[in-house]
This record gives sequence, C-alpha cells and structure tokens, in this order.
Amino acid sequence: MKLRLIGGIILFLIVSIAACQSDADQDYKRYFTGGANIYKQKCQNCHGNNGEGLTSLIPPLTDTAYLKKNKNHLACIVRNGITEQVLTINSKAYEGSMPANTDLAPIEIAKVLTFVTNSFGNKHGTVAVDMVEKDLTSCP
Amino acid sequence: MKNLAGALFLLLTFAACNFKGEQSKLPILGRRQAVTKTVNGKEVVDTVYQTIPDFKFVNQYGDTITQNSLKGDIYVADFFFTTCPSICPIMHRNMLKVYEDFKNVPDFKIISHTIDPKHDSVTVLKKYADKLGIKGDSWWLLQGKKEDTYELGQKHYLVAMSQDDGTPGGYVHQGWFVLVDKQHRIRGYYDGTKEEEVAKMINDIKTLRAEVNTEIAQ
Repeated sequence: MKLRLIGGIILFLIVSIAACQSDADQDYKRYFTGGANIYKQKCQNCHGNNGEGLTSLIPPLTDTAYLKKNKNHLACIVRNGITEQVLTINSKAYEGSMPANTDLAPIEIAKVLTFVTNSFGNKHGTVAVDMVEKDLTSCP
Repeated sequence: MKNLAGALFLLLTFAACNFKGEQSKLPILGRRQAVTKTVNGKEVVDTVYQTIPDFKFVNQYGDTITQNSLKGDIYVADFFFTTCPSICPIMHRNMLKVYEDFKNVPDFKIISHTIDPKHDSVTVLKKYADKLGIKGDSWWLLQGKKEDTYELGQKHYLVAMSQDDGTPGGYVHQGWFVLVDKQHRIRGYYDGTKEEEVAKMINDIKTLRAEVNTEIAQ
C-alpha cells in the first residue's frame, strides 16, 4: 500500500515535470520556427543557409562564445544594424556594415535570436521577448 | 516479342542521340535580324545576332578593360554594388562556385559591373575582391561611367537596373548572370540568386567551351 502511494507520488511528479517542460518546450519551438522564417527573409541572403557568412565580407553566426558574451547586445545589432565597425568573429576581423531592421518588432527579434542562437552549432535556449525589450532600451 | 524489344532498343537509341544533340548546343539569345547578302553571285539570307558592343571600364587593379581584354574568352557578366544589402551577397556566394570551378581555365572570365561607381572606386573594389577571396585575372570587378554601365546593362545585356532611394541600399537591379560566347553573343540567362540555376550555368559553360573548341577544330 505504502509502495503504491510512493509510486503514485513519483508518477505525479514525473508527469508534472514533463508538463512543465513541454510548456517551455512549446514556447521554444514556436520561437524557433517563427525565427527560422524571419531568418530566411532578413538574414539568409548575407549570412547563408547554414550561418556560414561569406568569405571575409560577412561574418558567420557560428561563434558561440561571441554570441554568449554579447547576448545583451544582439537585439540592438539586429534592430539597428552596424555601421563601419570591426567585429572579431572566430578570431577573424570583419570590417563593414550591416543594414538595420527597424521594421522588426521585439517579439520578432526574440524569435530570430532564438533561431540563430540555437542553430549553426549554438545552443543557448530561448531568447525571451521581455529580455529583448529590456536590451533595446539600452542600445548605444 | 523479340522484334518489339529490338524496335524499342532502336527507339531508345535515337531518343538518346536526340537528347544529346540538344544538350550540346546552347541557344543564341537576344534580338536578331535577317540580312540579305550576296555570296558568290547568289543572294542569301543570313541571320545577324545581337552582340555586346565594345566598352571601356577599369578593373579592381586599375587596369583599363575593353572588349579586347576578353578576346577569345567566354564570360559571365553581372551587375552589383559593394554596399548592396539584398541580393548581391547571395549572387556572389553563388558566383564564387563558378570562380572556383573555372579559375584555372584560360578562356573563361567573370565580369561584375558596379552600378554605384561613385561609391565603388577602384580601391573599394580591390578591398571587396580581397575580402571575397578572389585573385588573379579570372574575375574582374569593373567600374566606369555610370551612364555607360547602365546603357550596356539595360540596352545590351537587357538587365533592368535603376537608382531608387526608397529601397534598402538605394538601387534596384536584377540578379541575372548573363553568359556570353566568344563572338559576343548572349547564350544564357541565369538567376544568380538561385543555386540550381547557377549549377545549370556551370554545366552550360562546359557545353559552350566544348562547342567553341569544336568550331575552332573545324
């Protein structure tokens, strides 16, 4: 009887954890899929199908350490672009500009960042929309 | 039954021949004109195909480039500008494959005309070429008078382009790669933004090189 009770509790715990996970999981999946579409429209021409960039002209999106270190700047880069700056990506210097995407809403920026930071060898989890909104208030 | 199989075999053989025949020659595109001329005292009607006229531009090394510099070459032409945020990166990503495949072929060249010569000076073009990783003389980035480039592009290559401050980057243009033969005739148009069309162009360049070489052998 006791064993049954313990078994029941364990089962309950497993089910609730799984449910919780699948909630977050669903969010992640929605962001990721939506982000993949935005990436295709806004980023892929330059950064490539696999985030590989283009020779020394356009940086790749595979520098996972860079993405992690600059994670609070990424939203600003997507929205405002980059003007004549040198970025060091995968220990290689890239000089130039990136166009702004002022038509993207914070939710879209969150989605595309979720896609980029979880593709091409990156695995950083969901970029939440409130995080993006907060980051956007302190753009340079 | 045996006869049927034989007939089928023959049919297939012919079909294979036909198919090969079609493959081995590219069409001649552009405007054409029928011209009557007298050959050995007889009147014959001949077709005159549209050709790309002579031009004068400067490449990324500062050398003057005219049609004479392309003498005996098959080439692919396209139109771009270095600050283009839309289709140019993908065009040149695809063009790099063409460059890699044919960079050691002596009778093939790529010429990319900038449609924004005010910004794309020789220095800017050289820097772009270095960043793109292209060396030597198999891919030239050409710069010249804006009117000349636009006239050549619109009237002769039949590629649309215009300045428009409303679009990102400031210019509207089409991403065509135009294949031109040794007689300056247009032999193919390929959408430079599509990988599969560029793959077809790579095949067509091989076909065209073979065709020209047989013509020379005759």
